[in-house]
Amino acid sequence: MNVDSPAYTLAFATVVCVVCALFVSGTSVLLADRQEINQLLYLRKNVLVAAGVLEPGARLSNEQAMALFEQRIEPRLIDLGSGDYVSGMDVIGYRQREARGDPDRSRPIADNPAGVRRTPHLAKVYLVEDQDSFSQVVIPIEGLGLYGTMYGFLALERDTRTITGIAFYENRETPGLGAELTNPLWMARWPGRLAYDEQWQPAIALVKGQVGPPAENPYEVDALSGATITSNSVTELLHFWLSDQGFAPYLEKARTRGAF
Amino acid sequence: MAWFGKREWRAMADPVFDNNPIMLQMLGICSALAVTTKMDKALVLGISVIAVAGLASLIVSLIRKYTPHSIRIIVQLAIISSLVIVVDQVLKAYLYEISLELSVFVGLIITNCLILGRTEGFAMQNPPWISFIDGIGNGLGYAVLLLMVGFVRELLGSGRVFGYPVFTAVNDGGWYVPAGMFLLAPAAFFIIAAIIWALRVWKPEQQEND
Repeated sequence: MNVDSPAYTLAFATVVCVVCALFVSGTSVLLADRQEINQLLYLRKNVLVAAGVLEPGARLSNEQAMALFEQRIEPRLIDLGSGDYVSGMDVIGYRQREARGDPDRSRPIADNPAGVRRTPHLAKVYLVEDQDSFSQVVIPIEGLGLYGTMYGFLALERDTRTITGIAFYENRETPGLGAELTNPLWMARWPGRLAYDEQWQPAIALVKGQVGPPAENPYEVDALSGATITSNSVTELLHFWLSDQGFAPYLEKARTRGAF
Repeated sequence: MAWFGKREWRAMADPVFDNNPIMLQMLGICSALAVTTKMDKALVLGISVIAVAGLASLIVSLIRKYTPHSIRIIVQLAIISSLVIVVDQVLKAYLYEISLELSVFVGLIITNCLILGRTEGFAMQNPPWISFIDGIGNGLGYAVLLLMVGFVRELLGSGRVFGYPVFTAVNDGGWYVPAGMFLLAPAAFFIIAAIIWALRVWKPEQQEND
């Protein structure tokens, strides 16, 4: 047999392609369930980190993390427009990122500095339980960074103003510069700062230079050094999600009620 | 014939010190700079490269007599990239958080000259078993260097080894002021250079003539 004839070469290439494709897609299908669980777990760990229940980078088994989440966190769905809770829907199974991309379940947003194109009708918030009452709310935040969309969580106290923590679980920023937004030391600078000013306008901002403790500079957080665009993007996306287009209606209702 | 005789042993051990892919052939420097800030990342990438290099060499060698000469490189690349995608999938399923930090570099294993170099330079001319060992050996040489660089960078840069504190850092209430420079990419250049220097003092036959 002549292994260098054109017909044989073509047949060989086809066989190699088919075998490789089967091998790759087979593994992908086999491992899909496990990967999905991992993603969910990672998201849940980040909710716990934002709420300050879990230290960033804590070593925790999957079972422990799941148990902690189920014990302390109650996910709820809200209508972003009206700010009311929505009941009678599968909260656990609701995928906000999918809904946001679906024209029937989201609305387009005018150009904004946070780079948010659409917002979902329904958003998932996470209430944090503390001694039989809800002490914090964790809201999902997202916005355009330097290289792609950054996704994270922001946790607020019952006054809907004091930040208890922030955690970004997905970003494409520059490692060592913008991607330092996952650095525990930087994340530790957030608790105690104020998201809104006295007139309930979004006020929290990342600024260059030395920022004092929350009592001195309540509305400011150290910018990420060497990452001006990422830092500005974080400010913009926080302002977007704290505005009327984001969670302001919900937070205002919670504030008036005096409870989540 | 012995399954693991002197020839097999040499194929495995040679690339670790005598003919190291990074230190002598200067292949695969890119990922050696990027993933060596922590030892756990270096270890996972090292194991991934060992697995891909070994299996790719084995498969390429098994089909070497049936591979048309004109498309041999692209066939090797198809095999290597399929293996890399599978490794990436396995990492996402079993080591999710490490895979988030590594995933770009796992993808880059495809273009790591070290692996294509072994399949084209060795596996195409040699029987499967010795090719497999040769792939493993070269992967090992790569992994050993990654771990050496990772050890220095993690220890001096954050006072830890495999994430466990050895020198308690000032931020955690200890005495050690971490040398942040070691976490930046240029530090890896200096460390690799220092290791190459040390190796060539130990084995002068590796020195190049001017």
